[in-house]
Amino acid sequence: MPVSTTPQGQPAWRLRTTRAQWLGYLAWLAGISLFLLCWKLISDNTMWVFVEDAGRQGSNLIGRMLPPQWGYAHRLWKPMWDTLNIATLGTLLGIAMAFPVAFLAARNTTPHPLVRSVALVIIVSSRSINSLIWAMLLVTILGPGVLAGIIAIALRSIGFIGKLLYEAIEEIHPTPVEAISATGAGRLQVMSYGVLPQVMPAFAGISVYRWDINIRESTVLGLVGAGGIGLQLNAAINSLAWNQVSVIFLMIFVTVLVSEWISARVRHAII
Amino acid sequence: MSREQLASKGKWRRLPFIADPTLRWGLAVGAVIYLVLALSTVDVNWARVAEGASRGLNFLAAFAQPDFISRRTDIVNGLLESLTMTLTSTVIGVALAIPVGLGAARNIAPWPVYLVCRGIITVSRTFQEIIIAILFVVMFGFGPLAGMITLAFATIGFMAKLLAEDIEDLDWRQVEAVRATGASWWQTMNHAVQPQVMPRLIGLSMYRLDINFRESAVIGIVGAGGIGATLNTSISRYEYDTSAAILLIIIAIVLLCEYSSSHVRRWTQ
Repeated sequence: MPVSTTPQGQPAWRLRTTRAQWLGYLAWLAGISLFLLCWKLISDNTMWVFVEDAGRQGSNLIGRMLPPQWGYAHRLWKPMWDTLNIATLGTLLGIAMAFPVAFLAARNTTPHPLVRSVALVIIVSSRSINSLIWAMLLVTILGPGVLAGIIAIALRSIGFIGKLLYEAIEEIHPTPVEAISATGAGRLQVMSYGVLPQVMPAFAGISVYRWDINIRESTVLGLVGAGGIGLQLNAAINSLAWNQVSVIFLMIFVTVLVSEWISARVRHAII
Repeated sequence: MSREQLASKGKWRRLPFIADPTLRWGLAVGAVIYLVLALSTVDVNWARVAEGASRGLNFLAAFAQPDFISRRTDIVNGLLESLTMTLTSTVIGVALAIPVGLGAARNIAPWPVYLVCRGIITVSRTFQEIIIAILFVVMFGFGPLAGMITLAFATIGFMAKLLAEDIEDLDWRQVEAVRATGASWWQTMNHAVQPQVMPRLIGLSMYRLDINFRESAVIGIVGAGGIGATLNTSISRYEYDTSAAILLIIIAIVLLCEYSSSHVRRWTQ
């Protein structure tokens, strides 16, 4: 904390030096200017005429959504089942692929630094690309359907599970590993008896957490043709049947809340 | 024979992950039944898959020679839009998330405020960004404004939830100490709560910036501006070299974000 002297010769305490204070002001100025510049770019690309009647449009939309067309709900069970399958099978496939990648990416279990960087590249590319983009790609490659959705979810999950799991592996206690290597165990035996039991709870927690996120993501994959309830959503929106859209929204809402509750319960039980 | 007796004879087996045998076998049987049911309802058009395999190879090959040039202006415009949307939405979202987060912390907010704020968080977190984007595009018209509002709305739920959790387990002694000096509510927030949650808030904001950029790459699909529209067009026109270029740019920017945010986090802690 800097001290300066007042003209009366008394020491005056301040939180920051003059230099730090000015640097702080400058940083704020730069930040706010950047924000305003960005805002200007957005505002130039916006048709404000549309924004002015947003309130009317919004109330109009809600008016058309209500009352929900409940009779439509019975046609949604099959798509919902597909959505759950996309999320669950996708998560399982993702886990199967993420597990070895995480062990290759953790500093203490990787066979070679070069392998580690390859594994990290896999994790980063999988994490950077949204599952919807994966789905768009896979729909053009595999054709529309549930399979594209499952693989899209799996590809996106590799990065998430891989990253959290390799961080968990790097944080393990080294003593059990040392104890087991001291008995003359091989590399794989050390993994299975020293490392695996320590990361298992974290791994199960991460997987369930990702499953819950995947349920949420799989509800929209149908927008690009990858199966599930999103297909129905897309059809309802395109035909402007907003009272069907509200039924779908409610169903998604309930499913996501239930899956979140299950995942929270399971994680609570494990940890 | 029990595990202990076996172990004393030198036949040691490791402990199972789930201790209760009924639960363990129940889960296993349930999982098998589910898998059979699920896999039997997944219908795959294998002929179509085989047909698409060559396209898949084309796509992989495109990563070896991405084409940044031929759609340069589209890519640059899309990216610029995505980046501006990301920045403004994060700033606005975080600014709005702070009051909601304060209201959603059980230890400092009264019941009615708590319920309202938790409600906002639940709605904002349940729906995918893309669903919210559809609604906002209808309301605000095509373009980055709808995207910005969508991302800001999603940011509120994310940040407010984590901020509220942070406030709920803060060190209460500091709050008591500040209150004991006769501080008002605002002064307590400013001198006891804010210093404790600030480092994490900055870290989370950086993380959200990164998420918002990734999301801004998809909400363009429904017309909410950003690089997503360009990407979507390039994929549906099978211009995989352009798509590969866009994907590589996205990966590079996310890497840059992550790298800088880890620096910022180290600096704030």
